[in-house]
Amino acid sequence: MQAHGSLDATLDATLAALSDPTRRAILARLARGEATVNELAEPFPISQPAISRHIKVLADAGLIVQRVEGTTRPCRLAPQGLSELDEYLAMLRKGLERNYQRLDRLLARQRKDKPS
Amino acid sequence: MSKLTLETEGDRIVVVKRRFAAPPEAVYRAHLDPELLQQWCLGPDGWTMPVCINEARPGGKIRYEWSNGKGRAFHLTGEIIELDPPHRIVHVERMHMPDPTPDNHVVTTFTADGAGTLVTMRMTLPDAATRKAMLSTGMDRGMEASYARLERLSGWGDAP
Repeated sequence: MQAHGSLDATLDATLAALSDPTRRAILARLARGEATVNELAEPFPISQPAISRHIKVLADAGLIVQRVEGTTRPCRLAPQGLSELDEYLAMLRKGLERNYQRLDRLLARQRKDKPS
Repeated sequence: MSKLTLETEGDRIVVVKRRFAAPPEAVYRAHLDPELLQQWCLGPDGWTMPVCINEARPGGKIRYEWSNGKGRAFHLTGEIIELDPPHRIVHVERMHMPDPTPDNHVVTTFTADGAGTLVTMRMTLPDAATRKAMLSTGMDRGMEASYARLERLSGWGDAP
């Protein structure tokens, strides 16, 4: 396989944040629009402090942002959230296709050298 | 010859397929012979593979080292598990960046397809979370698709 050598801290934080099913569900809920911590906690059989910890992990990874509105702190998706991960994976995929294009040329050269 | 396709199976598997205009023997050899690997298995433009070890036998070691010539480098290690020339290669691999990534178990098959070969690379990741993290992006379709996919993966898309 192939990749580039700069899997940096931001990407590590993004992957770590995405590695938990509750956090992925929170992101999916936020993909439908802004929600308060209470609204986010509702579908889960876990305590609100536990949800708040998940929200902190997501915020620290730059995946969501929170604003203050009276006594609530609505969350929404960060506009640049997954862009770094997207960029990295697009590069992996591009690298793989580049590899295969080179292999195409290599196989074509072999065929010319050894006609069968 | 054709574009690469990438699909998923179950919750830990990613399948990449690509057709080549050469017989299985040639494509199989290009996946094991270091001299050939160094000519194509390079990733993005500008990278080279100064070190390429592939002990093409069951139990044999794999070590690929890439460099961009500007101080950036990383390497991959692995072991060959099974060889069935020219049909099938089974190996395990991990990248070191420098910390090792979780083991990726890879079965590569080479199927005659007319005058060419269909290569199917089936990668099994260590757990569903790793693969979900990998697939939670739209890969090449931008943020909107990323989040739509994330929604489907988490089961929220089916919620009332």
